[in-house]
Order: sequence, then C-alpha cells, then structure tokens
Amino acid sequence: MFSDHFSAETLHQLNESSRKATIEQVDAVLRRQGPRSLEEFAWLLSPVATQRLEMMAQMAQRVTQRNFGKTIRLFAPLYLSNECINICKYCGFSRNNPIPRITIPVEQVVEETQKLARQGFRSLLIVAGEHPKYVSNGYVEEVIQRCLPIMPSLALELGPLETEPYKPLVRAGCESLIVYQETYHPETYKELHTAGPKKHFKWRMDTPERAYQAGFRRLGIGALFGLHDWRFEALAVAAHARHLHTHCWKAQLSISVPRMRPAAGGFQPDLKYQMSDTQLVQTIAAMRLLLPHAGVVLSTREHPSLRNNMVQLGVTHMSAGASTEPGGYSSFDESQWVQTKDSQEGEQFHIADERSPKVIADMIRSKGYEPVWKDFDQSLVTAAQGVA
Amino acid sequence: MMTELSYQPLQIGDRSFSSRLLLGTGKFPSGEAMRDACAASGSGLVTVALKRASLKGPDAFADILDYLESERYLILPNTAGAMDADEAVRIARLAEAAGLPKWVKLEIHPDPNYLLPDPIETLKAAEILVKEGFTVMPYINADPVLALRLQDVGCAAVMPLGSPIGSNRGLETEAQIRIIIEQARVPVVVDAGIGAPSHAAQAMELGADAVLVNTAIAIASDPSAMARAFAAAVAAGRCAYEIGLGHAENRAVATSPLTAFLDSKS
Repeated sequence: MFSDHFSAETLHQLNESSRKATIEQVDAVLRRQGPRSLEEFAWLLSPVATQRLEMMAQMAQRVTQRNFGKTIRLFAPLYLSNECINICKYCGFSRNNPIPRITIPVEQVVEETQKLARQGFRSLLIVAGEHPKYVSNGYVEEVIQRCLPIMPSLALELGPLETEPYKPLVRAGCESLIVYQETYHPETYKELHTAGPKKHFKWRMDTPERAYQAGFRRLGIGALFGLHDWRFEALAVAAHARHLHTHCWKAQLSISVPRMRPAAGGFQPDLKYQMSDTQLVQTIAAMRLLLPHAGVVLSTREHPSLRNNMVQLGVTHMSAGASTEPGGYSSFDESQWVQTKDSQEGEQFHIADERSPKVIADMIRSKGYEPVWKDFDQSLVTAAQGVA
Repeated sequence: MMTELSYQPLQIGDRSFSSRLLLGTGKFPSGEAMRDACAASGSGLVTVALKRASLKGPDAFADILDYLESERYLILPNTAGAMDADEAVRIARLAEAAGLPKWVKLEIHPDPNYLLPDPIETLKAAEILVKEGFTVMPYINADPVLALRLQDVGCAAVMPLGSPIGSNRGLETEAQIRIIIEQARVPVVVDAGIGAPSHAAQAMELGADAVLVNTAIAIASDPSAMARAFAAAVAAGRCAYEIGLGHAENRAVATSPLTAFLDSKS
C-alpha cells in the first residue's frame, strides 16, 4: 500500500531540491524529453523552470496529442447527497455547517441523469458526502443499476470503503473511482479534518488500491490545491500516481489539480499556499511529462478563460454545466442550461465556469479539438441484455 | 501528377481491397476531419472503437459511425477497452447484433498505458469468435509463435505492432515481423507505432500485406494531406516489394571480383 511507502520527509527534501534547482538541471530533463525520477520532476516544478514554461507546455501538448489525440472527454458530476459525518474545515458539506441537508431519492437521480443525457453527457461522476446511513451502499448500488442504461460510464466519488463493500458497486457496473487526498501534508490534514472517519490520513490514502482490488478499472487521485504548499502537494500526487502505475497496472489513472473555491463555512485558506495560474500550468505540464498516459482532469472550479486555454495544454477530461448541489439539476432550464433557482445553499462549493455543456463543446471545437461524450460502453463490464 | 502505381489487391477473408492502407478513426480533431482523411487515404477498411459508438441505435452524441459511409468502407469494429477475452467477445457480439459487419479487430489490452495486447486472452477470444463465424483480425505483439497459433485457430489476418500505439517510433519489432511475414498463411497487417510514411513504406517493402495508421494521420496539422502521403508511401512500398528489391550489401561489390581471370583465359 502507498501509505507504507509514503514519507513526508522525502517530499520535503524533494521540495527543497525543487526550490534550489538550476536552469541547467531543468534543461537536462527537457533534453531527455521528460523526468525519469521524482527528483527530476521536482526540478520541473522549480522557480527557474518557469523560464522554460513555453517549452514544457509544447512538449506536454505533443505527448498528450500522441496518447489521447486532439480530443477532450466530457463528463458531469451528479451530487446525490450533502449529508456528511465528517468535519472538514474547507468543505461546504462539513457536518457543522448549517446548510439544508438533502439526499435525493433514486427516482430524482434517474430524472437528473436523463436530463444530463439530453445535454449530451454519456459519462457521469456520482458524488456524495460521507454518510453510511443516508448514502448507504444499497442506495448507491440502486443508483448505479438505474443510471447505467442511461449513462454508459459511471464514476464514483464517495466516502472511502473497504475492499469488500466496493465489490457490489463494481458488479453493478461502476468502473471508476475517484478519491482525492485533499492534502498529503500530515499535519495540515490533521488540522483540517477534525472529526469523522476522514480523519484517518492513511486509510484514505490507500483507498485507490482497495478500489483496484475490488475491480475498479479507472482510478482518479488528486489534492485540493490551496490547503498546503503547492509543490509539496504536486510532488505527493506524482509519487502516489507512480506507485499506482506500478502496483495497479491494469487501472487507467487520472489526476486532478483542483484549486480551492469559496464554500459554505467561510474557510479562508492561507494565501501563501495559493497556486497561481502559472504554477497550475507548470504543474500540469510537468505531470504530463512524468506520466504521459495519465488522464488530467480540469473541472468547472476554474474560470472560463483558463479552461479555454488549457484545452490544448495537457488536459484530457473536463466537466461542464455542473451543479455541486444535490438535486441542483432539477431546477436547471434545459434549453439554456442555467440554474433557475435563486440560491444554491446546499452546494459543496461555487463553480467558476457556468457555461452550458453545448457552449463548452463548441469552445473545444473552436480550439481544433473534438469533444468526446462517449468513450466507454457498459457492455464491457456488464453482461449485455438480449445477447447470449 | 503522380504516376499511378499498380499492385495486387489485398484479400482478407472473403473481401478484396484495392488499397493496402487501413485507417483508425480515433484521436481526430473532429468527425469531419476523420471522414475527409479516410476519403483522402483511399482506404477501404477502417476500424472504429465500439466504446466510442452507440450500439443501441442512433445517438447524436456518439456518432462516430455517422461519418463513415458503409458502401465505401468495410467498417471493422474493434474491441478497444476490453481487458480480457470475455469482454472482447461480448462487445464483438453486440456490434454484430447492432448491425455492424461480422468482422472484428480483436484488441485486448489490460495495460491502459502502453496498450500492449494480452496474448493469452487474445488467443482465447479469437478461438471463440472464429467458431461463431466472425472474421477475426487480432492485434498482437510481434510474436511469431502467437501469430501462428492465431492462424491455427482460423484468424483471417494477424496484426503485429511495430511499436506501442501512438508512439510514432516505427518498426522497432522489425526482426520479429520479418519472421511473422515469412511464416504467414494469412495477411500480415502491421499495426501501431507507424509514425511516418517512411515507416509504412518500410513495412510494405518487407512484405507486410497492409499497414494500419491512426495517430500519425489524426493529429497531423492537415490529416487529409497526411493520409495521402501515407497512401503514396504504402503504394510505393508495395510496388517495390512486388517488383523485388535488390539485396542490400554491406560493401561495394566489385564488377570483376576474384574470378575475372577465368573469363580472360580463352
């Protein structure tokens, strides 16, 4: 398990090595077409490497096009519930936040899924707060079974489980599991997660491997940038990804670099940990060169202008037209895809790119890329009906 | 204007194709760019990943098949995304049930990074699908014994890789491909890794029956023009193969070597 190998001390040393890197070291890595080790990756994250950012971006673009083509895969998140037993200082769903709590009934999940399918989506990310009673395995299993005929690809982002309880979800036809460590910095993690099962740093860290053992074939990891030093987090995500690459070799890996957004509870992140646009681009380009085959996800947390420019820059997956509130899509207007409700107080965080799926798809086309809605068929994982 | 090159048609299963260039349809910047490049290539056989298509009927958001005229091309469904024989067999059957040709490009890659094919699962699936009457074209590593085993179970062609998918590294497996060609009873289609027209010509000069190209055309700045460049290279390589290339020597061969004195004896 990754937690057995994880060493914050090593990451601190790599972070130091990054800050002290020379331009000669950066150039040597670029001449070799990419980093061979975490230390070389650290050099690409260095302050001096920003002098080579354009070159890194171009290399990242070439590698991404070779492996993924001129395509961007689109997906939508669907929030089932904002019930949560954890206290996480930065999260809108944190149990001590006085927001209206809701878990949407399966019928409504199906209706929202159909609505998203009419917008074009064939890939759904099912999200919920961590609550064994409201977000029970039986409920999630039923959601999967009911949504699969509508959505060929289903991913889950829920409270972590043991290997065994994951198995029925895989059998029901779910193929992808996303779990972000939020922060890989143990002290920061402890300070931010004060109650609930999410307190357990290592247990969360090993979730992707338990999911892999249960049969998930796509794994997504990431950190929430803004909680601690961005270089430290990027190094940790890279170390985790490299571990999964060798230990879970059948899994398609994706990486996400979400940055903090305002949320209920009013958590104010330390400004010194803020990751700039330049640092985000540098991180994504360096990740691409280290992990040429990993998917890179960019969500609606980012502003439209940045998202437009990232299409050609190493990103492979984008969400669009998202609501982070359980039941949020029920009040979307279908022709314009805008929220008709005045307040969204049950949302996890407020998104920055509110453009409709159609507008996002057109934007992707205008960049010379194809928006891909469907890239998985449920028949791969579930026995087909009507065919012997 | 380019001189027309003539060479024998390609025969796979019960079908004959005038072009020896096969195209993959993924990675293109748009459906239109893919359609135009396929047309420009002159290919009669194009492969489509079923995971990108709708097998349940028309779907405007999974419309890759809409761009390909079925009278112009034989559409070769491929099983990309399948991780074992069961999944590949299931998706091949579904494609047939959806009205696609009873042909399949068998691709089973459990490793999602280099997309290298699993030889054991491929052989298992090939056996099942051949028995069910499919024309099976398996994507394989350049392993001559596996190629023979697949021919033994009745595959209509074998498709060894030149180098990993999308790598553009050309024929890194040349020595093995030579053996596969030498021993082949069915067409050998070199698939994957072909990054330049010269790689395609090289494969054809070796005696490959066809090549399959995708990434190098799909991500070119002008996919249609690049498709034509590949078509020309494939034609040139095939012609040269049929004419017979001179044997390469490591050094210059003197016209009057050691035995010249014999001629002047009389």
